[in-house]
Amino acid sequence: MRTPWSCTGTGTFTGTLRGTGSLTGTGTFTRTGTFTWTGTCQLFLFLFLFLFVTPASASAQEHPGKATYDKWCAECHGSEGRGDGPAAATMLPRPRDFTQARYQIRTTASGALPTDADLHRILKRGMPGTAMPAWTKLSRAERDQVIAYIKTFSRFFASEPAPAALDLGSAPRATDERIEAGRRLYERIECWKCHGRDGRGDGPSAPTQEDEGGNPIRPANLRQNWMFNGGGTAADIYGRLRTGIDGTPMPSFSDLIDAGLLTEDSLWNIALYVRSLSPERTPEPVEVIRAELVAGDVPEAPDDAAWDRIEPAYVPLVGQIIARPRWFAPTVTAVWVQAMHNGRDVALRLSWDDPSRSPDPAWEEWRTRIITAMEPKDAPPAEGPLPDAFTVQFPTRLQDGPNLPYFLNGDSRNPVYLWEWRSDTGVREAIARGIHTREPLAQDGAPVRAQARFADGQWQLVLRRTLAAQDTARRFTMPTGTAMPIAFFAWDGSNGEAGGRGSISSWYFLHLNEPATASIFIAPVVAAGFTALLGIILVMRAQKQYRAKE
Amino acid sequence: MRTNRISASILVFALAGCGGGGEQTQASGDSGEAKAAAVVDPATAGAITGVVRFEGTAPANEAIDMSAEPACAQKHPSTPTKQTVIVNDNRTLRNTFVYVKEGLPAQRWPTPTEPVVLDQTGCEYVPHIVGVQTNQPIAIRNSDGLLHNVNAKPTVNRGFNTGQPTNMTTNKTFTSAEVMIPVTCEVHGWMESYIGVLDHPYFAITGPDGSFRIPNLPPGTYTIEAWHERYGTKTMQVTVAAQETKQADFTYSAGAVAMVPLGKPFDPHGQHAEGVPAEHR
Repeated sequence: MRTPWSCTGTGTFTGTLRGTGSLTGTGTFTRTGTFTWTGTCQLFLFLFLFLFVTPASASAQEHPGKATYDKWCAECHGSEGRGDGPAAATMLPRPRDFTQARYQIRTTASGALPTDADLHRILKRGMPGTAMPAWTKLSRAERDQVIAYIKTFSRFFASEPAPAALDLGSAPRATDERIEAGRRLYERIECWKCHGRDGRGDGPSAPTQEDEGGNPIRPANLRQNWMFNGGGTAADIYGRLRTGIDGTPMPSFSDLIDAGLLTEDSLWNIALYVRSLSPERTPEPVEVIRAELVAGDVPEAPDDAAWDRIEPAYVPLVGQIIARPRWFAPTVTAVWVQAMHNGRDVALRLSWDDPSRSPDPAWEEWRTRIITAMEPKDAPPAEGPLPDAFTVQFPTRLQDGPNLPYFLNGDSRNPVYLWEWRSDTGVREAIARGIHTREPLAQDGAPVRAQARFADGQWQLVLRRTLAAQDTARRFTMPTGTAMPIAFFAWDGSNGEAGGRGSISSWYFLHLNEPATASIFIAPVVAAGFTALLGIILVMRAQKQYRAKE
Repeated sequence: MRTNRISASILVFALAGCGGGGEQTQASGDSGEAKAAAVVDPATAGAITGVVRFEGTAPANEAIDMSAEPACAQKHPSTPTKQTVIVNDNRTLRNTFVYVKEGLPAQRWPTPTEPVVLDQTGCEYVPHIVGVQTNQPIAIRNSDGLLHNVNAKPTVNRGFNTGQPTNMTTNKTFTSAEVMIPVTCEVHGWMESYIGVLDHPYFAITGPDGSFRIPNLPPGTYTIEAWHERYGTKTMQVTVAAQETKQADFTYSAGAVAMVPLGKPFDPHGQHAEGVPAEHR
């Protein structure tokens, strides 16, 4: 089949030209990947073969990786590779500045260039905990070309000797002895100065950390290995200990091995210990949080041993970037939810990691630094000391069907019902009709009670309410056996968070388990008894009839 | 810039290979130009001396809260401060790095094998300013016996960030001239030092009397530059005749802060690039 098509004039062709045919006229490919032609063209399209004609291949001067880079990478890393793309200001850590050829995740010595394999690994895996995604959508050839291209941004790749990967070996089996030895070394070499005693990134040096660009940077929370920039396996952690994370405060400990002060085996023990701080498997969000039915009182104390029996539900949180002021650098990235009820009261224990108990003078400067780094064009930073805060959100009434209020504090027609807790003033109930409206509720009828505890970079907050509500226009009586919508919001005052600046979740569901009613135990017994009785009656009647015949 | 750097890095291998054979010449990088080993005739050599004066009232240095590190705090008789601006009793400025920026003959200056020590003691870098030649070892010492990380942040050279959690010494080198390289410790955010790296021995750092002396200079006309972390750079043309000791004084003024804000590393490619040797721009 032949489809003749002709056109005349001047125009611009952008993108990829696919197909076979002929094009007459004159044209040039500009450096930005635009094809401009003038004249008459006749394009005979008879079959679309995937013949690749890209702007890149049309120009001998242009690097083959440039088109892919400009399309996918430049938005963040900048067209000149300086890490200053239009989206860069919303990201912490900032996108890599390729001109210095300083790469965080490598297999090479501190300060050395990365190998091509290192760069490939980052493109394939992305960088968890950052905005850098995995680029599996790119073909191997495209990744090769992009890597070759980003290396042209720095003079170092031309002048420095080819980088050599360190021999990192492979992870030994994680035994209790090794993990304990690693724990002692973690103390001894003072990893805790930044990462904290319990590894939650809350060490005494944490508030002053800055990266190569002078931007605030947090020591990794070692209890969330799925957020580690370079990957969360023991081998990944060992790699970071050996190579450091260039451009960040994380140093290399290889010199310690070279000086004979530490063995590779000991360093592996630290890696195994750090790995052991995170769960064996990356937690998966649980859509329905189940409140177990318990006998007696529901626990009010956050450290009540009763909580240990309840499996925590993982709820990831993200920065609020929908309404102004947007917030791209949240502290709280997850909350673990446990729930119990006894038919009269319901209690939630909410556990989240936060390196500071706000307001904390040690973090005062951090608050200014982070707001400055994030360019608060949307709104000025809040004045005065800010507390930590947490909100649990429900609809104001339970409805059938999928019509939930807008998850971000509802709107004028569909308000939401909130339990708002602050580390300074405790808890109150409120109704919200949108993110910036609050109508506190009088604390009568069904008051919510709170007890909170902060230790080693973690908040544990228990919120408790009676299931029954008197003022049912604004609160609903919490039913058992039904999935109630629930959402979570967290604020770290030391991170400058208040109002729209904070962490949010979407709707989840809370299900209060039904009591296993007495009927399910009695009914079979009654049924069995009834059957037996019937049998006896039948037999007796049969015997009676038999005797009567005789 | 590139020529300079490549020739410097070739110099590394050359020196390592020939053990300092004085008469040899080395091909230089991409230009193919030869650099003779430097020979300074003691009969004609001159010197540049001077003082770095300071006018006005010195700003108070930021106090350091070392309470989190009692072992370090104990080493300081009074509240320690940063060493950003130290004005001597004779109204001179300490910790100014003075060096010959331009005018030296295109020769290869021998690399000292003796390391320059950069100590970490009392959670401070001692000395605060270090001068070193390319490829000369810098012995980075931890005398505190607690965790320091030594984060060198050059832009011309490759950097490093090494963890020193105990008493130890690590030797590091830089292959290219660079004035200056900030060195910081992120465990103790107040700790900072600057390393000046040159491919020749003509540099000095002002001490408690604010004076400097750059001896053994071949006669010639030189651009010398003074660098201070807070007050920036000043340059001067000096002609040294045979056997002459030329006086060259610099004066900084308290009002003329030329550098980036306190605590920020000096960025030679930033807005204060006038202080950077032309070949590094």
